[in-house]
Amino acid sequence: MLEIKDLHVNVHGKEILKGLSLKVPPGEVHAIMGPNGAGKSTTSYTLAGRAGYEVTKGEIDFFGEDVTTLAPEERAARGIFLAFQYPLEIPGVSTMNFLKTAMNSQAKIRGEKELNAAEFLRAVRAAAKELNISEDMLKRPLNVGFSGGEKKRNETLQMALLKPKLAILDEMDSGLDIDALKLVAEGVNKLRSPERSFLVITHYQRLLDYIVPDVIHILAGGKIVLSGDKSLALQLEQNGYDAVIAKAA
Amino acid sequence: MSEEAAALQELTEQKYKYGFVSDIESEFAPKGLNEDVIRFISTKKNEPEWMLDYRLSAYRRWVNMEEPTWAKLHYPKIDFQDAYYYAAPKAKEGPHTLEDVDPELLRTYEKLGIPLHEQEVLAGVEQRRVAVDAVFDSVSVVTTFKDELAKVGVIFCPISEAVHSHPELVKKYLGSVVPDTDNFYATLNAAVFSEGSFVYIPPGVRCPMELSTYFRINAAKSGQFERTLIIADAGAYVSYLEGCTAPQRDENQLHAAVVELVALDDAEIKYSTVQNWFPGDENGKGGIYNFVTKRADCRGKNSKVSWTQVETGSAITWKYPSCILRGENSVGEFYSIAIANNYQQADTGTKMIHLGKNTSSRIISKGISAGKAQNTYRGLVSINARADGARNFTQCDSLLIGDQCGAHTVPYIQSKNPKAILEHEATTSKISDDQLFYCLSRGIPTEEAVSLIVNGFCREVLQQLPMEFAVEAQKLVGLSLEGSVG
Ligand SMILES: Nc1ncnc2c1ncn2[C@@H]1O[C@H](COP(=O)(O)OP(=O)(O)OP(=O)(O)O)[C@@H](O)[C@H]1O
Ligand SMILES: [Mg+2]
Repeated sequence: MLEIKDLHVNVHGKEILKGLSLKVPPGEVHAIMGPNGAGKSTTSYTLAGRAGYEVTKGEIDFFGEDVTTLAPEERAARGIFLAFQYPLEIPGVSTMNFLKTAMNSQAKIRGEKELNAAEFLRAVRAAAKELNISEDMLKRPLNVGFSGGEKKRNETLQMALLKPKLAILDEMDSGLDIDALKLVAEGVNKLRSPERSFLVITHYQRLLDYIVPDVIHILAGGKIVLSGDKSLALQLEQNGYDAVIAKAA
Repeated sequence: MSEEAAALQELTEQKYKYGFVSDIESEFAPKGLNEDVIRFISTKKNEPEWMLDYRLSAYRRWVNMEEPTWAKLHYPKIDFQDAYYYAAPKAKEGPHTLEDVDPELLRTYEKLGIPLHEQEVLAGVEQRRVAVDAVFDSVSVVTTFKDELAKVGVIFCPISEAVHSHPELVKKYLGSVVPDTDNFYATLNAAVFSEGSFVYIPPGVRCPMELSTYFRINAAKSGQFERTLIIADAGAYVSYLEGCTAPQRDENQLHAAVVELVALDDAEIKYSTVQNWFPGDENGKGGIYNFVTKRADCRGKNSKVSWTQVETGSAITWKYPSCILRGENSVGEFYSIAIANNYQQADTGTKMIHLGKNTSSRIISKGISAGKAQNTYRGLVSINARADGARNFTQCDSLLIGDQCGAHTVPYIQSKNPKAILEHEATTSKISDDQLFYCLSRGIPTEEAVSLIVNGFCREVLQQLPMEFAVEAQKLVGLSLEGSVG
């Protein structure tokens, strides 16, 4: 479903990704690990189509379609979802309103019918309950004054409702206590299906204990330097990036 | 180009959707301004002597007055002789029923989405009904639900009619809040005012429906001089809304209004404005010059006046709806959204004058600037020495879209009472690229994302609008910022 071919990306004129290639088949969970500044967030922003992340070479294929130059909202409507490392606050706009706007916009782009108010409410309430998100939180302005954990749960809620085909989770585990981590991981696991793939970016083995990946990639210096099964995370935990990368080189 | 494509292009390019002109045969006063023109207006309206005298005395004062220049507004000098001060669709004399109204005029209101047929309003799905006074250039076309309102003693009619039907009330209250000496534009208005609404709510009556006046400028080269007077007698309540639109033209047109509100003991007036005069095009050509004096006198104890305004139109906005808090325990509120896009300039705010004991006021101002626009909040909170227990809360938030626009906050505070409690908060923010991308990544396109974020920014004020108009206002907020990003 997702195939990244020899991707080179400049940010502010500086080359950050230097020939990244990656293939994620449907239904699989792939993890990307790598040192700070390796280009993990850059990869996720580029996949989501953020302005300023200039692809100078290579391409991104999604279900056989070259989406490299597509606008972000078009990619979202095709099923690419990014859970942000640092979710943004939008004062005055409730989570409820934001979700409704997002779902309706995507439906419009896809040429589908919008949900009616009752269907929408039912869907939101059910998803919120699973993630232990209160009615009150749904009415509060999006992410404003939310704790780190609440923000991440809110990202998971959005994902559950937008039902993407590819979910990119950028450091979903940062700032979460152990209970919240479990909750979010459970939320993700419930969404696992043969039609849905995940790209899980993390620094820690711990998250991968809960969301067990099919493949782990190590990103360093703007490209994938090593791929392997989940035992790779253990090696990293024990020996650190430098040693593992050096051995791979 | 196919017809469909052409229509689509027109739709997308024509951002101001009320910019059409109605083909109506009108009669005008001779161009320019002098005593004869004032007599002409007064004769047209068949006014009594005292009204003409009022106008003439204002005019004689006005010729010696200077235009105010203290606002942060830049525009070429206005030639007051190069305009028509009276324009009216040709029609039969006397009060109108809907049957007498020119069908082209009715079509105009249909196009504007203003309901003039009582039966249709009654049959409508909406539970709450709205009575409308439709003012077209210098005259009122029709006022709906007058009879039904009269049953509970509410007077709702064009002011030119009130001069005849309720001279004692007009004489008592006209100019009692905004005297004809008040300022350049108010004095001009006193001399040439043409139409507006008159509302009187008798003691103890809660007005059974929303009242509204819809102002439409149609004729070219004409000014509109609205005059509105609302009196809520002891214990009365009314919610009133005004809306305004004008055709898209290359020349600037003048709108100089005076609105006076009087609230007696325990009375409450809620006054909402959705101002959508033609703002000028993307290059700053055309648009309405909007110079408005709006003031409320909270004369009675425990009286309350709440101004809510959504200002999206006009090339120039000069407007400071104010409250004189005279009565003990009286309350003044000002909730404002002012949007300036492209080359629009807005200088708007409020004055809260605390005279009585335990008076309180609340100011929430949301200014949004985009394009090359300049947006200024200008406000005064004044506390009289005898106003023990007075308190004010002011919050001024500015939102900038892009980096070529400006936002300015000019709050004046004059407190002669050391015990007064005054709180002031101000913020300036931008729509960040991060916020926008966050929305885009959820499938929300740019224009909608801007509309969503701005509506969120304005939420506290939008919540104050009567339900019937809140949705419309939200859409307008989005529409008036189209093209401001990306
Ligand atoms: N807007 C920007 N301007 C300049 N450099 C940038 C910008 N964004 C990212 N970079 C640089 O690109 C490199 C990769 O950053 P990126 O955020 O992708 O790293 P990361 O792998 O996600 O790191 P972390 O683990 O700390 O989240 C870093 O050196 C960073 O400084
Ligand atoms: Mg990162």
